[in-house]
Formats: sequence, C-alpha cells, structure tokens
Amino acid sequence: MLTISLTHYVVLSAILFSIGLFGVLSKKNAISVLICIELMLNAVNINLIAFSKYITPNEFIGQIFAIFVITVAAAEVGVGLAIIIAIYRNKLSVNLDEFDWLKW
Amino acid sequence: MLVEFALHHAWLVPLLPALAFLIIVFLARPWPKLSAFISVGGMATACFFATLAAYGVFTNHQYTEHPLVYAARWLTLGLPGMPELQINVGVQLDPTSAMMLFMVSFIATFIQLYSVGYMKGDPGFSVFFSYLSLFAASMLLLVISSNLLQMFIAWELVGLCSYLLIGFYSHKISAREAAKKAFVTCRVADFGLLLGILGLVITFGTLDLVELSERVANFREYTTFGTMTLLAILVFIGPIAKSGQFPLHVWLPDAMEGPTPVSALIHAATMVVAGVYLVGRMLFLFHEVPVAMDLVAITGAFTALFAATIAITQREIKRILAYSTVSQLGYMMLALGVGSLTAGMFHMWTHAFFKALMFLGAGSVLHALHHKADVWEMGGLVKKMPITSWTFVIGGLAIAGIPPFAGFWSKDEILVVTLNGGHYILYAMAAFTAFLTAFYMWRLIFLAFYGEEKPENHPHESPWTMCVPLIVLAAGAMTVGLLGTPWNNIWAEWIFFGEAHHSGEIAWGAMISSAVIAVAGIYLAYTLYLKDKEKVKVKALAERYKSLYNLSFNKYYIDEMYLWFNHTMVDGSAKLFYLFDIYVVDGIVNGLGGFGKLSGEGLRVLQTGRLQNYALVFFLGVLAIAVLMVFAGPSTASLVLGGVM
Amino acid sequence: METSIYSVLAFYVLAAVILGSAILVVSMRNIVHSVLFLAICFIAMAGLFLILDAAYLAVIQVLVYAGAVCIMIIFGVMLIQRTDMKQSNLFNRQTFMAGGVVALTLAVSGFFAGTTAWADLAANTPVPEDSLGQIGQLLLSKYVIPFEVAALLLLVALVGAIVLAKEVKANVDD
Repeated sequence: MLTISLTHYVVLSAILFSIGLFGVLSKKNAISVLICIELMLNAVNINLIAFSKYITPNEFIGQIFAIFVITVAAAEVGVGLAIIIAIYRNKLSVNLDEFDWLKW
Repeated sequence: MLVEFALHHAWLVPLLPALAFLIIVFLARPWPKLSAFISVGGMATACFFATLAAYGVFTNHQYTEHPLVYAARWLTLGLPGMPELQINVGVQLDPTSAMMLFMVSFIATFIQLYSVGYMKGDPGFSVFFSYLSLFAASMLLLVISSNLLQMFIAWELVGLCSYLLIGFYSHKISAREAAKKAFVTCRVADFGLLLGILGLVITFGTLDLVELSERVANFREYTTFGTMTLLAILVFIGPIAKSGQFPLHVWLPDAMEGPTPVSALIHAATMVVAGVYLVGRMLFLFHEVPVAMDLVAITGAFTALFAATIAITQREIKRILAYSTVSQLGYMMLALGVGSLTAGMFHMWTHAFFKALMFLGAGSVLHALHHKADVWEMGGLVKKMPITSWTFVIGGLAIAGIPPFAGFWSKDEILVVTLNGGHYILYAMAAFTAFLTAFYMWRLIFLAFYGEEKPENHPHESPWTMCVPLIVLAAGAMTVGLLGTPWNNIWAEWIFFGEAHHSGEIAWGAMISSAVIAVAGIYLAYTLYLKDKEKVKVKALAERYKSLYNLSFNKYYIDEMYLWFNHTMVDGSAKLFYLFDIYVVDGIVNGLGGFGKLSGEGLRVLQTGRLQNYALVFFLGVLAIAVLMVFAGPSTASLVLGGVM
Repeated sequence: METSIYSVLAFYVLAAVILGSAILVVSMRNIVHSVLFLAICFIAMAGLFLILDAAYLAVIQVLVYAGAVCIMIIFGVMLIQRTDMKQSNLFNRQTFMAGGVVALTLAVSGFFAGTTAWADLAANTPVPEDSLGQIGQLLLSKYVIPFEVAALLLLVALVGAIVLAKEVKANVDD
C-alpha cells in the first residue's frame, strides 16, 4: 500500500478513460463531447508516461509519443471547434440529438 | 434425247412452279391474267418434263432396282460423341416417284386450268395462283426427295400451303378456323414424325432413303427390335394426320372451307396422299416390324369403314366427298399395311383421277348454284349441266368400283391382296366399305343430278376452262385403271416392294363379288333416293334408327370430344397451372419481396443516423474484439475476424 | 518502487482531484463550469506527470491543455451559446445505455489491468535526471521526421480551422 506501482496508474487511466467515454456517449452538447474526448486522450497520456517511466525509463518513447498525442489533440480541438462553428452557422444549434445526418 | 435431259434434270419439275410462285409474288401480282398464265404455264412445263422423266423411267427396268439419285451435299453436322452426319439434298427417281411426279403435275395442271374459270373476278386471283404454284412445288419436292430431312421440309411446306389455301377466304370466320384446325392437327402429328426422323438419324446415322433402306434391312446391327417398333410407330404418326386417318382426320372435312379447286388439289393429288406416299416410301422400315404393319392396316381399314358410315348421312356435297376421301385413304393405308405397295400406289393413282374429277365437278355445281351446298336442295342438274353431270357420273362409277372404270381395278387389287394375306376381318371391313361407298356416292348423284328440278335454281353450264379439265379427268377416270388389270398387270411389274408378287392367277371370286357389291350399293341408292320420289322410306329409316343416324350425321361427335377434351383437360390443366402460378410461384416471389420489405422496415429502426448511437455500438464492438483477442488468442481471433489482423 | 510517503500521498491526492474534477466535467449542467473543472483536471494531471519524472510534459500539459485548449473551448462556447448558459450541458436519451457500455469497458479494462503481470515488465531503473535534454535530442535526431510531420499537421489544422470557421459569403442566397 505504501508503494505506487504501474497498476495504480493503469487503473487510474482506465477510470478516467471511462468517465470520458461516458461523456462522449451521453452529452448533448457537441462542445461537451469535444471536452470529453480530451479527457480520454489525457487518460491515454497517463498510460504512456507511466509506461515510459516503469518499462523503458531510458528511451523516452512514451514521453515522445505523449508529445505527439498532445500535438494532435491541439490540432483536433482547433479543427473540431471550427466544424462545430460551421454547423452552428448552418443549423443554429449544436445539440447532437437534433442531427441524424448519418442516415443520409 | 429430250427424255435423257428430263431424266437428269428432274429437279426442274419442282423448280418451275416454285419459280412461278416467286415471279407472281414479286412481279406479276397486279395483273391477274398474267399471273394465271405464268402459273399454268409453269405447271404445264413442269408436267411436260415430268411426263418425259416418267417415260424415261418406265422404259428402262434398271431403275426399279437402282433408283436414279442425284444428290449434292447440303450440310455436314459434327456433333460430339456421334459420327459425322452428312445431309444431302437431291432427287431420287424410281418408278414410284416417277409415277407420283407425273400424277401430281398432271392433275395440278388441270386443276390450275380449272381455277382460271372458277376464281374469275376474285380479288385475290393472283395470290391464289401463287399459292397453288407453291403448293404444287412443295408436293413435287416431297415426291422427288432423296432425303428424309428434305422430305420433311417439303412436308411442312405442303402443310403451310394448305393452311394458306384453306384459309384463303380469310373474311370468313369458318375458313380461318378450318385453316387453323388443319394446321394445328397436322402439327401435332408432325411432332411424332420429326421424333421418328430424329430417331432414325440417331440410330442409323443417315437420312438418305437408299442408304437408310439398306441399313434398316440389317437393323439388328444397329439397334433392337423394340426401338425399331417405336421408330416405325413414330414415323406413322405423321401420315395419320396428313392422310386424314382416324383419329386425326377431323381437319380434312373442314378443309372444304377453301375454294373448291383447293379441295380438289388437297384431296386428290397432293396433301393427303403425301402421308400415304411417305408410308410407301418408308415401307422398308414398316416391313421389318410386323406390329407396325398391322397398325397401319388396321388404322386404314377402320378409317375406311368409319368415314364411309359418316358419309352416308352428310348433306353438303363437298363434305360427302371429303369423307369419301378419308375412306379411300383408309383403303390405301390398308393396302400398304398388308404389304402391297403395288395396290396402295395403284389406288392412289386411280383415286387421284376420279376424286379430282368429282371435286372439280362439285365445284362446277357450286359455281352454277352460287354456292348452295346441300344436295337435298339440288336435283335434275343433268339437263342444264350435261358435261358436269356426265363426267361426275363417270367419277361415281369409278369410285363405286364398276368395271371397267379405274376404281374397280385398284379396289379389287386391294381386296385381293388383303384376302391373300389372310386378313379376313380386314377384308370384310373393306368389302362392306365398298358397298357403303357405292351407296353414298350414288345417293349424292341421284339427289343432285337426277330427280326433279328445283324451280328456285337457275343452273348453267360452266365455261370451257372448267369443262376441259373435267373431260380430260373423266377420260382418265375411265382408262387409267387399265394399267393394272389382272390380265396384263403392267403396274405390278414396275411398282412393288420386295418381290413383284402378282402371280398372274386371276381371282375371279373377289373380282365378281366386288362388282356385285358395287352394283348392290348403287341399286340400294336408286331404290331409296330416285325411285321413291317422296323419299318416304329414307325418312322412315332415319326416324327408326334415329340414334344411329344422329351419330353418323354428327360424325360420331369426334369434334365435340376434342372440344370437350380441350375445354376440360387442356383448359383445366391450364387453369391449374394458372392457379399454381398465381399462388405458388407468385407467392414465392412476393414472399421474398415481402421478406425484404419487412426486414428493411425492421432494420430501418436501427439506422438512427445519430452519431452517438453509432459510437456506442462501435465501442461494444471494440470491447468484443478486445475480449476475443485476449481470451481466444490472437490466431483464433484473426480466424474469427476473417483474417483482419 | 516509490518509497517516499509523500509521493504516495501525492499520487492519491492527485488521482482524487483528477477523477473528481473529471466526474464534475461530465456531470455539470453549465458548460462553462465543465470547462473550468477540465482545467483543474489538466493541472492535476501535470502534477501527476511530475511524479512520473516527466517535467517537460508537465510543462506542456499546463501550457497546451490548461492554457490553450481550455481558452479555445471557452471561446467556442462563447461564440455559440446564446441561450441560457445554465442548461447548456445536458444528457441525451441514451445515457443509461452509455452507462452500461462504460461499466462494461471499466470491467474489461479493470480486469486486464488487474490480471496483467506488470511487475514482470518493469525495468526497475530510475529515469535519467536530464530528461528534457534527451527528449530534445531524440526529437531532432531519431524522431525528426514525425516531428516535422507534426509541425505540418499543426499548420494544416490551422489553415483548416480558419477555412471551416470562416463566414461563407458565396452561399448567402441558399
């Protein structure tokens, strides 16, 4: 109990990922979904960095991977927000329940 | 010199009328007289060549054993698993075909000449002559064929022409119906013939008549007796309809709907004798199968008697003649069935003359009486139409079998061979038929030409184009039988199958009895229809045996039976299939469609189009794959997932 | 491995803050509050990265996530939300189903996390002191191509975001 092992980080990451997933699947607001995707990505980052420390401490693969994840996440947020704004401009709404476009 | 030419160019005989047909159809149609001239001219020239060719054959005995065959390769069929089949087209001249060639072209010539007068003023005059030419050409081609397939083609052409000619008055519903009936009835039977021909090809590998006859003689090298029986019966089915044998005779009386010269052409010289001729040509096949021979003989004898019993009560002049034709064809079949090509062909030969004569005479009468066909409404025509009447009487004497007219000799020949063959029942049937024949034919003559004149009729003698053929044919009906008298039987020396069988011994018994039978028939007709002016006895008889009279007058209800059969069986089964189609076939198809529709309706609910719905299901899939990969191991998982990983 | 009581304590505190704020992010009805808790979550995560000897990543976490991303999202919210902000972040109709799927996910991943023998994988060596210098060298030597591609990706995302969010004037007649 007095030591923190890799298992602790993996479980923490799993719980955080699940919370993010729940948000993605159950929130109405498109921006909220975007936020929850960020949570999931962060859960992944925790895993990557924990693996980097405990398994390959001298090679920094996990950390570099996490840097790229952060980069992609930033780009994703930018483009995602732009898409949401474009949708809002067309439909005056970002409520995902009102969109069933995948039918078409 | 000219005879040699005709012998070696016998193909000209069918070609000339065919050419006449083409010229009339494509060029000469607007000018009726020109059309008639081309048609009659072509036919007469063909007749001239046919006569020369026949002369050439009948002066040289070598052709009886070795037919003169000119054939060219038409096509070669190579089917996998079968030896190569070569099909020729050609002409085959032997005494039988030469006789037919002469007979058909001779009679066709005079019938065409007669038609010039008979069809005068008809709007379809040119077309009629083109049909007649094509008809004659097809029949001549059939006669001269050296090959079964070629013969079959000609056979079908003849059927087509008869359809066109019977339905010539296409504005009349009855004519159209009759044409259809003739065509369909013959087509039913031609199916059997075609199967028979196919069977022969498959079994013997050749279609040439000469080659086929050689192979059939040694048929055990090729096939079994059972197959031979089947083949013979199949081949016989074609002639049953074409030659109006029971039970497919029904089209023949209805064929009277066509113009009378057509009836003469069909019933005397061409279409109906095609069946007899085919059986004669294929006698080598039937000869090997006694069962088939018996079948032919019994069919013939039965048809002869059957048709004669119908003919005695009919009222329409052409209908009586039609049933008499059916009856006489039965005689020919009987002769062939008891194995005598000589007698069968001889009767065909004499019959062609006197029957053509009688039909043309009937046509002359109808022409004069403006198509009033009931013999009971005629009477005393002999005074106004002497040529027609007297030639008709000659025909009547010939068909009744009064010596020395043509019919006597040929009928006597048939009776003698039947008796000699030991077929006593068939002989009795044939003899009784002879009695009936004399009776009904003279009933017709007494009613139509003698007795009292009917005041409402204004008959007149026909023009010369109609009278000349009558006189010529009457002369033929008197004399052509002399070729085959028992004292000097030239006929049997030439036309025979197997051995020339006439022993020279004269069957006085049969001869005298058949003459007596004929006289008795005529006398009975005389007492009932001429002496008895009020026809009291006839009416009493008809009243007394009313059921029998009705049976005969309604032709044994054969047509009604066919109609009933069609209505109940064919229409019924069609209805059954219709219901099957509606409920089962359509049910399956509609059911499939309905299944697709229903499952679509069901699955449509799943397609919400909402992003988060899809993400949810997607994630369930991801979980399933993860679990699968961990617990089943990567290799099994990749197997389950279709080798994705 | 961690022997210091403080670091153990720090882990639990940080984990509690991360999970608590993450739950609040999901459950808040006002989206601005959600974003606020998101920022707290990110900052706590930066602390966690420090425990994991990833100082550089902790800095980036604060800069990029807590700084840039959160501000950008607030901008997005402000551009879009024109009605009542208090009802701006509600649950949809498939919440219970989502809960089921999430529970399943949690069960599966928890099972895997618990059953995997992490101890066998552990290298048991400390992380080098100068992590930043080594990461910098690696990024510009061994991983230079992904690095440049990432730069390109950012550029493309920049251009794409501008194009997408730009006012479309050509289609006003629709």
